[in-house]
Amino acid sequence: MSATAVHSLWTTDGLSASDGLWAHGGLWAAAAEPVAKIDSPQIEYSLIAPTLIVIGAAVLGILVEAFVPRRSRYYVQLFLSVVALVSAFAAVVALAADGRGTTESGIAAMGALAVDGPALFLQGTILLAGLVSVFTFAERRLDPEAHGNRVDSFAAQAASVPGSESEQAAVKAGFTTTEVFPLALFAIGGMLVFPAANDLLTLFIALEVFSLPLYLLCALARRKRLMSQEAAVKYFLLGAFSSAFLLFGIALLYGYAGTVSYAGIADVVDGTVQNVTPALAGTMGNDALLLVGAALILMGLLFKVGAVPFHMWTPDVYQGAPTPVTGFMAAATKVAAFGALLRLLYVVLPGLRWDWRPVMWGVAIVTMLLGAIVAITQTDIKRLLAYSSIAHAGFILAGVIATTPDGISSVLFYLLAYSFVTIGAFAVVTLVRDAGGEATHLSKWAGLGRRSPLVAAVFAVFLLAFAGIPLTSGFAGKFAVFKAAAEGGAGALVVVGVISSAIAAFFYIRVIVLMFFSEPKPEGPTVAVPSPLTMTAIGVGVAVTLVLGLAPQYFLDLANQAGVFVR
Amino acid sequence: MNPVNYLYLASLLFAIGATGVLIRRNAIVVFMCIELMLNACNLALVAFSRMHGNLDGQIIAFFTMVVAAAEVVVGLAIIVSLFRSRHSASVDDASLMKL
Repeated sequence: MSATAVHSLWTTDGLSASDGLWAHGGLWAAAAEPVAKIDSPQIEYSLIAPTLIVIGAAVLGILVEAFVPRRSRYYVQLFLSVVALVSAFAAVVALAADGRGTTESGIAAMGALAVDGPALFLQGTILLAGLVSVFTFAERRLDPEAHGNRVDSFAAQAASVPGSESEQAAVKAGFTTTEVFPLALFAIGGMLVFPAANDLLTLFIALEVFSLPLYLLCALARRKRLMSQEAAVKYFLLGAFSSAFLLFGIALLYGYAGTVSYAGIADVVDGTVQNVTPALAGTMGNDALLLVGAALILMGLLFKVGAVPFHMWTPDVYQGAPTPVTGFMAAATKVAAFGALLRLLYVVLPGLRWDWRPVMWGVAIVTMLLGAIVAITQTDIKRLLAYSSIAHAGFILAGVIATTPDGISSVLFYLLAYSFVTIGAFAVVTLVRDAGGEATHLSKWAGLGRRSPLVAAVFAVFLLAFAGIPLTSGFAGKFAVFKAAAEGGAGALVVVGVISSAIAAFFYIRVIVLMFFSEPKPEGPTVAVPSPLTMTAIGVGVAVTLVLGLAPQYFLDLANQAGVFVR
Repeated sequence: MNPVNYLYLASLLFAIGATGVLIRRNAIVVFMCIELMLNACNLALVAFSRMHGNLDGQIIAFFTMVVAAAEVVVGLAIIVSLFRSRHSASVDDASLMKL
C-alpha cells in the first residue's frame, strides 16, 4: 500500500463515507478536516541550554548515586552541581549578551518557552541563588563529627525511623544523603522553566518538577526529624492541593480559549480572534470559564509565593525543613513563582486587568499587614523569617499590581535583592547552635552580639536589609517597587506598604536589640565556625546587600532593559 | 450526549475531592482525594478537547497522569516515613509546630 493510499483514508473522502455516523455531532465538524502531515518539532537547543544543562547534570547525579562508591559521592556530587550551575549561568549570560533578552527575544521549543528579558534575568537570579544554596547544602563542619565522620544538615538515612537502631547504624557507618544535590538540581531545573513557560502545560509541568524535589528535601533534616517529616507532609498535601486547583484552572482556560498557548489565550481574552466556529460559541469566549479559570490559576501561583490567604504552609514548612533547604526554598521558589505570576498577568490576562487588579489589591494589602503583624508575636527565628517572607511577598505584589513596564523591572530587581539576603540570613541561622542542633528560639539569641560580634553584625545587616533601611538592597528594592506601584495608580497600596514596613521594622530592630543590648545567658548557644562554603554564602549575601544598596543603578538599568515580555 | 454534561461531572468530582481534602483526617485518604481532583481535571480537559476538536486537552491529560504517578511516589514516601515514626497517619496528630 502506497503512502498516498494510506493518507487518503484520512481525507474528507474517507470521512464522508461515515458521514451518517457523525452527522448528529455538529461539534465534531471542527475536527473533520484532513489531518495534515505532522512535522517533527523544532527545538532550539541553544536557547534552552541553561535548563538542559541543569536537568542533564541532575540525571548524571542520579547515575553518580548508583555507580560511584559512597566514600567519594559527596565530592563528585558537589563538583557536578557547581559545574552545572556555573555553566548554566554562563549560558544565560551568553544568551543575554546575544541580545536575547532585549532585541532578539523570542519563543523557543514550539511555543513552549519564552526567551526574553524577564525569563533570562530570573533564570540568572535562580542559578546564582541555587549555587549559593548548594554551598550551604554541602556544609559539613557545623555539627560535631559522628563516629569520626563529618556530617551535614541532612539525615544519615532518610528511610530509617528517627531514634531507631537502623538510624544509629546508618550514622555509625557514616552514611550521608548525597541525593540532596541531584534533588536540588531538579528543583532548580523546574524553576528555570517556570518563569519562562509560555503555555499552560509547560507551566504545570514546571511547577511539579520543582515542587516534588522540594517536598522530599523538606523531609531530610538530620536533627529534629519528626518536625522535618511533619513539615514535608504539610507542604506536600497543601502543595498538591494547590496544584490540583491550578490544573483545574488550566482546564477551564483551555475550555475558554481552545488553546493553551499564552498568546492564543490572550487573543481570545482581547476578542481579536475573528472566525470562531459557531459550534464553539458555547465555550469559547464564555466569561464564566475565563474568570473562574484565571482565579484558580492565580490561586495556585499565590500559594507558591506564599501570599495570604494561601500562606498557611509557610511558617510550619520554613521551621521544620532543614535550614539550608529553607533558605533555598524561600529565595528560589519565590523568584520562580513571581516570574510565572508576572508572565501570566502581563501576557495572558492584561485584557482582564480590571477584574484581577482589585483582587490582587486585596491580596497584597492583607499579605503585607498580616505578615508584618503576626511576625511580631513569633518566638522562633525561623518562623519569624517565614512571616517576614510573607510580608515581602506582599511588597512584591504591590509591584506586580502596577501593570507598567516599571512594575516588571522593579519586581525583577526586588527578587534579585531579596533572594540573596534570605539565603544569607538562613545561613547565619545554621551557625548559632547548642546541644540540640540549631538554637532557633529567640531567647537564645540574647547577647549574641557580645559573644560573637561578627556573626551578630552580619545578621544585623540582613535584618536591616529586610526592614528596608537606606544603604541596603532592601531599601533600593522597596523604593523601586513602591514607586512603580504609585505611578501605576496604586497609591493607597503604597501607603499600606509603608505602614506595614514600619511594623515589620519593629520586629527586625527588636532582634537586633536582643542580640546587642541584652546580657548573654550562661548556658547560651555557641557559634560554630563554618567551612569556606557557608562563609561564601554569607559573604555573597552581605556583598549583594551592600552593592545593591550603595550602587543599585547598574542593576536597576539591567532590570529595566530586561523588563519587556515577549508575546 | 452533550459533552457539557461531562464538565458538570468533572466539577462535581473536583468539588467532592476538595471537600474530602478539607474534612478527612487520614493523610492517605487526603492524598486520594487530591488524586480524585486531578482526575476530575483530566475529565474536564478531555471533554473540552472533544468540544474544541483539537488534541491539546488529551495531551495534557496524559501529562497529568504522569505527574500524578510521580506525585504518588513522592507523597507515599513522605507519608509512610511519617507513619513509621509516629504510628499514625492522621494529619491532626502532626502538630509539633502549632503556636
